Amino acid sequence: MTYSFPEEVLEHVFSFLTSQNDRNAASLVCRTWYEMERWCRKRIFVGNCYAVNPRVLIRRFPEVKAVELKGKPHFADFNLVPEGWGGFVYPWIVEFARVYPWLEEIRLKRMVVTDECLEIVSKAFRNFKVLILSSCEGFSTDGLAAVAANCRNLRVLDLRECEVEELSGHWLSHFPDSFTSLESLNIACLSLEVSFSALERLVSRSPNLKTLRLNRTVPLEKISKLLQRAPQLADFGTGAYSAEIRPDVYSSLQEAFSGCKKLKSLSGFWDVVPAYLPAVFPVCSQLTYLNLSYATTQSPDLIKVISQCHNLQRLVVLDYIEDMGLDTVAVTCKDLRELVVFPSDPFVADANVLLTEEGLVSVSQGCSKLQSVLYFCRQMSNSALISISKNRPNLTCFRLCILEPRAPDYLTFEPLDVGFGSIVENCKELTRLSMSGLLTDRVFEYIGKHAKKLDMLSVAFAGDSDLGLHHVLSGCESLRKLEIRDCPFGDKALLANASKLLTMRSLWMSSCFVSFGACKLLGQKMPGLNVEVIDERENLNLLPENAPVEKVYIYRTVSGQRLDMPDFVRIMGKDKNGVYNLL
Amino acid sequence: MGPQGLGLEITELRLGLPGGSGEKKRVVSGGREADVCGGEGKKDMDMVVGWPPVCLYRQKKSMGEATRKMYVKVSMDGAPILRKVDLSCLKGYSELGMALENLFGCYGIGEAMKAESESCEYIAIYEDKDGDWMLVGDVPWLMFIETCKRLRIKRRSYSNGVGLHGINNY
Repeated sequence: MTYSFPEEVLEHVFSFLTSQNDRNAASLVCRTWYEMERWCRKRIFVGNCYAVNPRVLIRRFPEVKAVELKGKPHFADFNLVPEGWGGFVYPWIVEFARVYPWLEEIRLKRMVVTDECLEIVSKAFRNFKVLILSSCEGFSTDGLAAVAANCRNLRVLDLRECEVEELSGHWLSHFPDSFTSLESLNIACLSLEVSFSALERLVSRSPNLKTLRLNRTVPLEKISKLLQRAPQLADFGTGAYSAEIRPDVYSSLQEAFSGCKKLKSLSGFWDVVPAYLPAVFPVCSQLTYLNLSYATTQSPDLIKVISQCHNLQRLVVLDYIEDMGLDTVAVTCKDLRELVVFPSDPFVADANVLLTEEGLVSVSQGCSKLQSVLYFCRQMSNSALISISKNRPNLTCFRLCILEPRAPDYLTFEPLDVGFGSIVENCKELTRLSMSGLLTDRVFEYIGKHAKKLDMLSVAFAGDSDLGLHHVLSGCESLRKLEIRDCPFGDKALLANASKLLTMRSLWMSSCFVSFGACKLLGQKMPGLNVEVIDERENLNLLPENAPVEKVYIYRTVSGQRLDMPDFVRIMGKDKNGVYNLL
Repeated sequence: MGPQGLGLEITELRLGLPGGSGEKKRVVSGGREADVCGGEGKKDMDMVVGWPPVCLYRQKKSMGEATRKMYVKVSMDGAPILRKVDLSCLKGYSELGMALENLFGCYGIGEAMKAESESCEYIAIYEDKDGDWMLVGDVPWLMFIETCKRLRIKRRSYSNGVGLHGINNY
């Protein structure tokens, strides 16, 4: 039986498919659907820039409006990926400039972006609207100046935690007077002062501005002026929240905040002078997102703010909040979905604050909608973890960092296997898990058995043997990202589960017991994988086959050999043509 | 906290003399547990790369001070050549005092900043953003480095009488 849908109908139906996974599934149905879908896919997401290359992308998808690329592995955030490893966006930008003149949006995470890239972006795409750079590096304020000067229709310039070479603060003044389309500006990561008058004028002529996150250098006394010019703001990040205590400054600040009826997100708060915190009280009950994680304010002052935030959905704080503050959260923030508690003094073993596992248990009890947790603390117990898992079976993301590696249950001195086991058993929708503390192979057995929806797992200083890794690789059906450091996992589990790696985005293993020989074998056996050995030692060729590598990063790819590797990165088991070699 | 007395010590790698125990400060050392004997207060960890997993961006931004350079001129009565000091490199008034002592030999100035003692021959004053001359040491350090435009070290005997009356006529 044949039938035919007119192409326009198919295209119209596909336009309702927004998720890339859905589009990927549709494209597998039949040749017609594949062809139809690829012509009308407008948004592309590439989770690993080395899994595919620009030419492959452009060949398949000719009409792209928005691209999102991710580069370095997640552990690059913690200094585990040496400088120069890769993630260069330049080749992509060059191809996009050539083929997608109507590209509107670029989102990059952990990539190296040069000024030249930014200049190309600013000139090649007439209708360019959105630039979001997350944890990127390699560019300077000159590149920003080019974007400001040339992107006439820019709506979003969002620099999230980027490493920018700051030559001057003058770049902001390059936005022309005729530029009025700005909706979102995030410069929180910049250290240099930008011209306040240029900033003020920019804000004044941007009626659609919804997000404004300032950097530390914008003084508190001047914030009122900005807020008065943009009372429609939904998301605001202050600069340094400190000033000499002056009633006039305080009252104009409070008045300015009162005027922001649509404000839902607040962040910034560097160098907080507590006396100025009450100025935000008028907006507290509106807030759904509050980030006080740069505020070195003590618990009582934090409590005064949080106790008014009845509608809070996401809270990011330092451990200064202490258990007492988290009790307040549990009582006040009944709509809380996400809790993040960072450590104020991470490199000191002794507790400087009264934050323990109890705070987290309290929030898990009081906040029935809690789904996502990132929690740094100094002690944990199996009983607390079990309570948390029973209180909150709806957890989807659970990341716990006990500061001391291999710390056992502080009450029983046992490993925390049972506690984390309870988490994966009860929280059936768990997609992301980061573990810490003393953990044996048993916890991996639990994970392999129960964590069927687990997408990403982060492990450090855990396990006893290869069995641990084997449990995870053989049991976790949905696993796509696995990152491991300092665990006694070696060759056996890796080689036995080689085909599993083709179903995953990537596997990172550093300071483990994976040998050169195994990496080579894996690379030879699996042409669909790049097995990157990242090792900065000299004279690697003199090391025996069974010597462990420093780091190995394994990812599936249709792109074959990388051509941009530094000398400390070797792709094992393949030569330049993808053929077996002896390395 | 720690697995004392459960025989788990056997599994710990230790630095230090065998058989020794007693009060030890624990340091977070990424799997190697070093005994640091005695000592009050906090000990810094042996740094394991990337642990705890706090991203570099956050570490830099949380350093309590702005990470940009903050060079200010420093002059001293009687010294013909001015110097410059980078306030962003200093963690507090004590370090500022030490830096000034190194530059000008005005010993005791660090102490003078902390307490209103008359013991030091010198006092340190600074010009703030409003153009007023203020005594160094009154406001929190972070606020100070944001408002300080220049520093001056004056001999105490040049100030009028007790305290610093008349300083703003400077």
